[in-house]
Amino acid sequence: MESVGMDWAAIRTVVWTLIKILALVVPLMLGVAYLTYAERKIIGWMQVRIGPNRVGFQGLLQPIADAVKLLMKEIIIPSGASRGLFILGPILAIAPALAAWAVIPFTDSLVLANINAGLLYVMAITSMGVYGVIIAGWASNSKYAFLGAMRSAAQIVSYEIAMGFALVGVLMAAQSLNLSDIVHGQSGGLHHWYIWPLFPLFVVYLISGVAETNRAPFDVAEGESEIVAGFHVEYSGMAFAVFFLAEYANMILIAALTTLMFLGGWLSPVTFLPDGIVWWLLKTGFVLFLFLWFRATFPRYRYDQIMRLGWKVFIPITLVWIIVVGGMMQTPYGYLFH
Amino acid sequence: MTYTTAIFYFFASILVFAGLRVITARNPVHAALYLVLAFFTAAGLWMLLEAEFLAITLVLVYVGAVMVLFLFVVMMLDINLEKLREGFWDYLPLAGFVAVLLVIEMALILGSRHFGLEVMGAPAPHAADYSNTKELGRVLYTEYVYAFELAAVILLVAIVAAIALTLRRRKDSKYIDPAEQVKVKRNDRLRIVKMQATQKPGAGEDGA
Repeated sequence: MESVGMDWAAIRTVVWTLIKILALVVPLMLGVAYLTYAERKIIGWMQVRIGPNRVGFQGLLQPIADAVKLLMKEIIIPSGASRGLFILGPILAIAPALAAWAVIPFTDSLVLANINAGLLYVMAITSMGVYGVIIAGWASNSKYAFLGAMRSAAQIVSYEIAMGFALVGVLMAAQSLNLSDIVHGQSGGLHHWYIWPLFPLFVVYLISGVAETNRAPFDVAEGESEIVAGFHVEYSGMAFAVFFLAEYANMILIAALTTLMFLGGWLSPVTFLPDGIVWWLLKTGFVLFLFLWFRATFPRYRYDQIMRLGWKVFIPITLVWIIVVGGMMQTPYGYLFH
Repeated sequence: MTYTTAIFYFFASILVFAGLRVITARNPVHAALYLVLAFFTAAGLWMLLEAEFLAITLVLVYVGAVMVLFLFVVMMLDINLEKLREGFWDYLPLAGFVAVLLVIEMALILGSRHFGLEVMGAPAPHAADYSNTKELGRVLYTEYVYAFELAAVILLVAIVAAIALTLRRRKDSKYIDPAEQVKVKRNDRLRIVKMQATQKPGAGEDGA
């Protein structure tokens, strides 16, 4: 026991960390807002429409207008709802979506918390995102919301296993759980990225990522044509918007993780150009574009097809490829997998 | 009070509160959610002990998977609390006996001269680059490899048995075989008939 108060160094660390968190969350929220704009524009062009073009130049202020509109709306709590949990639902949806960003490195030095078990931390935190959906569905006391929650819970738990195994492959190749070390393991140009030796895992991870974020074609949790809007059918105003924010923050997170683990993070694809955050942004942007492209292209999966794909296709693929990677590492060709 | 101690008491008080609410909450869904909170704070405490792998695995396995399925089941059940509480006084003597036994066991460990706080001091803190995960992996696959593999085999047997026990094929429901669906050719489903286009007598070009 030293003195009456806590030590000042600790307090300074807390304040400094809070500032850094703010510096991370504000650009992220802007990114989310303009991802919705990009989604509407891109899907619009794919369907030979113009997309939003009224608010501001080329509709650039549309996300701001949407946010203001949602802020002004009333949050209606259904009379039969479980009040506390109904409010807790959106909070539990957005909290993990933001907390996972703590360990995401943007460049060599630009990272909030460079922890050893970064990959494990991300997996643990993202696995908690499902609570927001389940609690919202149950607390709404509505059949459609509950059905959406049940669908989503089963789907997320199923795809998490395949995702986890895909990460095991990355961990074997990089021999580290630290996200910065994983990126460093891929240095040396385009052909050193893990996407090549771990290609099946890359595909599984990307598709599981779409399923984890409840995006089309795996959006049965919302299923607007069958169960209205699924788990958030009873939510309005800002409470609804928070679910929306969480979904898009999760999308960016999955895209960032795909970039870090398979596409070399901030490393430049060719050795004569310098590394930097630009590459990180470009690659993440490309993966996000894939997300939007999937939505514009594929019709929604039937529920039994989703379950079959997760359990009977993806999990065996990942298991086989982990054995292949492990086996190859014992041969003279092991360097191909490092 | 140092910073770490303050954090410890913060987590510990939440943990005790959540644990109490698990058994006192009237609604089973609320009780399950308090259990989630208890697991999460326990993970925080383990993190303070520098057991980062165990802490994160606790969140990943128990909070992220086991409790989700637990909630899934509890939400689907229609639980009558009155009926559950009926046998309370009948079970109390046995439960009390178990509780006393637990307290005695804990006292034996915490209070004895072999395990007391004086004997088992806090381990020296590790350097920042110490990887708890790597150390655990090394020990599991070298010193304890046989025990570890045995546990894995037992778990596998349990999984297979659980699936074998619950697997049943209903005769009256229709199954879809995706392999069959993929193999279907156009000619299996579609027949193109060539026929002469004819006009009904009396029907004009512009219809009725």
